[in-house]
Amino acid sequence: MKFGVIVFPGSNCDLDCFHAIRDVTGHEVEYIWHDDEELDGFDCIILPGGFSYGDYLRCGAVARFSRIMDAVKKHAAAGKLVIGICNGFQILTEAGLLPGALVRNKNLKFICETVPLKVENNDTPFTRLYQKGEIINIPIAHGEGNYVADEETLKKLKENGQILFTYVDNPNGSMENIAGICNEGRNVLGMMPHPERACEELLGNTDGRRIFESIILALEGKL
Amino acid sequence: MNKPYEAVGLTEKEYKKIIEYLNREPNELELNMYGVMWSEHCSYKHSRALFRHFPTSGEKVLQGPGENAGIIDIGDNLAIAMKIESHNHPSAIEPYQGAATGVGGIIRDIFAMGARPIALLNSLRFGDIEKSERVKYLVDGVVAGIAGYGNCIGIPTVAGEVYFSDSYNGNPLVNAMCVGIIEHDKIHRGNASGVGNSVMYVGAATGRDGMGGASFASVELTEESEEKKSAVQVGDPFMEKLLLEACLELLETGAIVGLQDLGAAGLTSACCETATRGEGGMEIDVLKVPRREKGMTPLEVMLSESQERMLLIVEKGREYEVRKIVEKWGLHAVTIGKVTDNGRLIVREGDKIVADVPAYSLDSSGAPKYYKDYEEPEYYRELKHLNPDALEEPKDYNDTLMKLLTSPNLCSREWVYRQYDHMVRTCTVVKPGSDAAVMRIRGTKKGIALTTDCNSRYCYLDPRAGSAIAVVEAARNLVCSGAKPLAITDGLNFGSPEKPDRFWQFREAVIGIGEACRELDTPVISGNVSFYNETETQAIYPTPIIGMVGLIEDIDRHCTMHFKDEGDVVVLLGETRNELGGSEYLARIHGLERGTVPRLNFGLEKRMQAFILTAIEKGLLKSAHDVSEGGLAVALAECCMEKELGVEVSLQSEMRADALLFSESQSRFVISCSPEVLEELQKLMEKQEIPYGILGKVKGKELKINVNGKNIVALNVKEMKEAWRGAFECYMK
Repeated sequence: MKFGVIVFPGSNCDLDCFHAIRDVTGHEVEYIWHDDEELDGFDCIILPGGFSYGDYLRCGAVARFSRIMDAVKKHAAAGKLVIGICNGFQILTEAGLLPGALVRNKNLKFICETVPLKVENNDTPFTRLYQKGEIINIPIAHGEGNYVADEETLKKLKENGQILFTYVDNPNGSMENIAGICNEGRNVLGMMPHPERACEELLGNTDGRRIFESIILALEGKL
Repeated sequence: MNKPYEAVGLTEKEYKKIIEYLNREPNELELNMYGVMWSEHCSYKHSRALFRHFPTSGEKVLQGPGENAGIIDIGDNLAIAMKIESHNHPSAIEPYQGAATGVGGIIRDIFAMGARPIALLNSLRFGDIEKSERVKYLVDGVVAGIAGYGNCIGIPTVAGEVYFSDSYNGNPLVNAMCVGIIEHDKIHRGNASGVGNSVMYVGAATGRDGMGGASFASVELTEESEEKKSAVQVGDPFMEKLLLEACLELLETGAIVGLQDLGAAGLTSACCETATRGEGGMEIDVLKVPRREKGMTPLEVMLSESQERMLLIVEKGREYEVRKIVEKWGLHAVTIGKVTDNGRLIVREGDKIVADVPAYSLDSSGAPKYYKDYEEPEYYRELKHLNPDALEEPKDYNDTLMKLLTSPNLCSREWVYRQYDHMVRTCTVVKPGSDAAVMRIRGTKKGIALTTDCNSRYCYLDPRAGSAIAVVEAARNLVCSGAKPLAITDGLNFGSPEKPDRFWQFREAVIGIGEACRELDTPVISGNVSFYNETETQAIYPTPIIGMVGLIEDIDRHCTMHFKDEGDVVVLLGETRNELGGSEYLARIHGLERGTVPRLNFGLEKRMQAFILTAIEKGLLKSAHDVSEGGLAVALAECCMEKELGVEVSLQSEMRADALLFSESQSRFVISCSPEVLEELQKLMEKQEIPYGILGKVKGKELKINVNGKNIVALNVKEMKEAWRGAFECYMK
């Protein structure tokens, strides 16, 4: 089993995702340069947080043209797992792998703090180890995490159980308190909160770990 | 008509010195190069003579002052690089970009040593936030600028301070500090060594922005300063992220002989400094320098302070290899010149020589050095007088304590640090809000603790004592986190050195810092001087900001200030005296900024700090917090906040209750421990001759303080916390 963490120019949570996989879960993980073309041999791809291409123009708007994104799309189309965290979520929406968009926080400021999330659906490869309705604490760190989508999209997300995490106290103005969603195929997850920052006792929080552990169990075919 | 040297900020005497160096009159470019390099900002001409008061060496010091950053050993072949720098004047007129580029500049200083930047801190001072809309605008812009740069580049902003005082009404302070980690054998320096080696330029193209920034920083702010907005650079953190990664990758190749960031005085400074530290000479061609704008003159190219640029000294023949790596990061590297040993800095524009000067003469080693006159200001003796008995005693201590906890200087800084990504890189073990930030060192059992500190009111009332207190308080913050203090970097912010009373403040402060650093064995390994922090009407309070790093051998043994469990015993270490002089209580409640600052006894202080460290290492303490601004009552309240735990304490004293609660006597700590270890702790305290008193227990939902058997404070912790947390945002509205 092998994880891949994509490094765009301006990614800055690549290291954190890498360590969460290698040092906390003990699984194999490699960095993948944005200019590469192949994702053969990887089981789960992580698009990390950061400010890809400086987030100039719009968050994720330039990164979606990176050469590796064609491979990410193929990987997703084949039903393999993709997780986009923070800027990674923004890139996934820009690339059309997830619906909706992320706009500036309602208070127009960057917000970094640990916030409570509600697990809305645990019937996905990313959330199996949580209880439905469970409240978990995960850090957020973003200036543009305010999720927006048209009514029809929101309706579909709800009906299909694609909303996986919602904010308990909405910090950024997201519609339907959305913190994380998946695609219809349930193999692509995008979330603004950072589970990789909540994997170790030393850092005071392990609530994020079960996302990676759920993925591992799913890849091992145990769920 | 003005003399040409006056236009570049030099005196007639200095102009004559240039003629001596050159044996001729300088041309316009040369004169301007001397103008920026001999500005206070670059040459430290007024301050250098006093630095002999600083201890700067020690067995752990791998790099002392004089380089891009200082470096201190933390064992296992690892070391910490750190430096603090001011960006006061740019932030005063363009708060967002001024603060952002301050952060960008200090990060470059750290990776110029070959270190990976791992943490940012900042120390901010503003005017009266309750009276001035401008202050709110500055706070908003500065905080957003720091956040905008640090968050994007992905270096956590983990600690800092924000204080308000009238003295900063016209001249805010923005000091940024960066900390990096490096292996001993990978330390690089800004040396242009090896005759014939190539001088390469990497990073952003050169534009006309930031022209004369160093000179601008070396004069007082005036009404016209607004017009100098063009002297403020514009930051691009994304470019810097690429530059950072490219440079660190380049250093792995061994092709890089030296590197230097292009900061104040741009190319002029980078060329002459690297040349002076290396073979002594350099030759560059301004036509080869990548430009953002057409028609730039050699003068503009040499003086531009465009951000996100580095100068590399590359082993001859390996330029292609360097270019390939730099291009991978989407940047360009261009060879602009070569290292020579003829002692000259020669600037060409194609075939034409446009400047030819002895390289060292531009550098601080060749710059003039002044011993300015100093004179004790009149206020110094006058303000010492304070009769605490004449103060009206508070009738309602609940009300007084709440006023302090919700005051601009003591309320929660969450509004500020919530905007900073303080967790990226997943090494932040103790986040903002405790005495110091604690970071783990990945791959080891170790951690470091980081803090900045300075009580500028103390420094105004008594610069020598106040500065010494800034050093020991920084050390206390680290010790309370379980870290042994190792070294400091100092950001010395003062008024004009050309005024004898201001220079007296500076001199006193330097002596005070030197003394405290020797006592604590924490050498000064880097720093920055910012003079001319004054407007036409007023100078700032002397503000020597102390940035300090400490080492935690076992990260699992770190400590925080927050009470942890109901039933734990709360103990006050140290002695409370009637020392309200310069206190926050006196300023906020009585509107007085006067009195004698609290007395500092180094012997007691060192015993205290050693004891706290031992007790934390032995695992005896649940929490530790130093008593500082606001005194014992505020310290107790702060310990209650995070976990919303109450405490009931009982004090016996002859002193008036306001002195007992709000005196800022030094060398005091509030600690808590589980009742089971109390006896062991007491034995240890008695053995190490630690004065202490058991105050009470962590319990319930209220902060209760009884004095001589009578309850005088009873506050619901949850309500108290909400008011304390929300106050900053209220001031910003």
